Amino acid sequence: MVDIPEHLLLRSAEARAKALGISVEQALAEMKGETEPTVVAKDPEVKVIDETPAPAAETPAPAAETPAPAASKTDTPEEVDFAPEVKVTQRLLTVVKAKPIQKPVAEPVDKVNTWPHLMLPEFVSLMAMTAFLILLSAILQAPLLEEANPNVTPNPAKAPWYFLGLQELLSYWDPQIAGVMIPLVLGVVLWMAFPYIDRNPETHPSKRKFAIMFYTFFLAGAGVLTIIGVLFRGPGWNWTYPWIDGIWFDDLLDWIHFE
Amino acid sequence: MQKLSLRDKIKEARISAADSFRGGKLMSSIFRPGSPFRKGYVDSPRNRSYVVMNNVLYHLHPVKVKRHGVRLSYTLCLGGLSFFLFIVLTITGIWLMFYFRPTELAYVDIQNLQTSIAFGSLVRNMHRWGAHLMVLVVFLHMSRVFYHGAYKAPREFNWVIGVILLLLTLLLSFTGYLLPWDQLAIWAVTVGGNMAGYTPVIGAQAKFGLFAGLEATTATLLRFYVLHVLFLPFIIVIFMAVHFWRVRKDGGISGPL
Ligand code: HEM
Repeated sequence: MVDIPEHLLLRSAEARAKALGISVEQALAEMKGETEPTVVAKDPEVKVIDETPAPAAETPAPAAETPAPAASKTDTPEEVDFAPEVKVTQRLLTVVKAKPIQKPVAEPVDKVNTWPHLMLPEFVSLMAMTAFLILLSAILQAPLLEEANPNVTPNPAKAPWYFLGLQELLSYWDPQIAGVMIPLVLGVVLWMAFPYIDRNPETHPSKRKFAIMFYTFFLAGAGVLTIIGVLFRGPGWNWTYPWIDGIWFDDLLDWIHFE
Repeated sequence: MQKLSLRDKIKEARISAADSFRGGKLMSSIFRPGSPFRKGYVDSPRNRSYVVMNNVLYHLHPVKVKRHGVRLSYTLCLGGLSFFLFIVLTITGIWLMFYFRPTELAYVDIQNLQTSIAFGSLVRNMHRWGAHLMVLVVFLHMSRVFYHGAYKAPREFNWVIGVILLLLTLLLSFTGYLLPWDQLAIWAVTVGGNMAGYTPVIGAQAKFGLFAGLEATTATLLRFYVLHVLFLPFIIVIFMAVHFWRVRKDGGISGPL
């Protein structure tokens, strides 16, 4: 047998002594098998766990030819000897209804193995993206204009395309509004807070029409402003038509003069 | 017994050599149990779990994912591709750093890179188009998340992290824009930096801090360079780690709708 460390033995002896109301030495001796174990005389308390009230009265079987005598209903039923050859030593205390002790929080969901069902599609899209990027880079040359010169301002001077929508707004409104308040307050703060503002728990598109409409308008607006900034603005930020005046967007230099 | 032809003998020897290599000490020290690169891998549910669980991949992926989540049409793999583009940009970016000095020489360095260094032009193009593509893909990922309502409880905070990631992506792209030190670079950054100057109250200070002076100079170049190659990538990696971790802790991909 495995040797139980002394301090653990002592601790369980203390617990046993406390439970049975005997001394620690005796409990220790009992545990080591040196004396007879103390027997608790007290009957164990039996608690009825069934919460549902018992049916008020047994409905008598509607058998017409044997009318049940009224007296037998109130009497305790006679003990039936189910198996006369065996002495029945246990009795049924209660029937606990089968219901889970813990409530499952999450419903079981249909799952598949990550390998290969997720990792293969991931690998394929990663390869496709690499191929696309290498092809693009082999065909289209990134722009490199003349060396930076702080004394020569190009006309027009355009921001990178993802800021061109803002630059376009800047040409309508005060810079404090278009250049700072809109990107900072609307773009960052409100956008971060969005999940806390939209308290509608539904995710199905038909039940969140306003949110869908809102974002679609935002996308369309940003798209239109960006396209105007990229294609329709020329020197002095004046309106130009790309098919008449050409495109004033150096990022696309190689695309425009693509042969 | 049938006599083996020479060709069969060679084939048998080749298989047994491959087996003893794959089952050998070296390979089993590299690949953990359950790896398809080990000897005796068979395609079983248990081994499919091991491929992820006994692997560094377990840091990124759970063993099992929701069935609808692996449909390409649900996420369009946009988050994964954002991350992958970031990795491509890191690799090509480190390569570019070997040939680039963030000083008055920056422009010449880029010219030389394009004309006299093997694959210089290709790698520069990949870095630049990849950066534009990443901005686009991150934006599309955000739109996908929005249309699925995937920012709703319990994923609110991952959306907040996402907006920070978008911001960092834009900042990375913007700081990189200055580095070739050509007319396109300096004036695009001047337009952006002047916008910062309109910030209420601290406008002048914000602009001065961004430009490291009153206008875009080589001091600005150095500042943007350090932000671009060190500070911002460092920060974005931390936020990405939290982002991916939250995707798993919030119960995997949202939905199905
Ligand atoms: C560098 C940029 C980003 C990277 C690398 C990234 C990566 C990922 C990945 C890999 C996922 C797993 C699901 C999927 O592929 O769609 C994901 C989910 C998610 N992302 Fe991003 N993300 C980025 C930016 C953003 C942005 C800008 C937002 C929103 C403002 C955002 C919000 C979310 C949310 C809410 C989820 C959970 C979606 C769901 O459970 O369906 N992420 N992200």
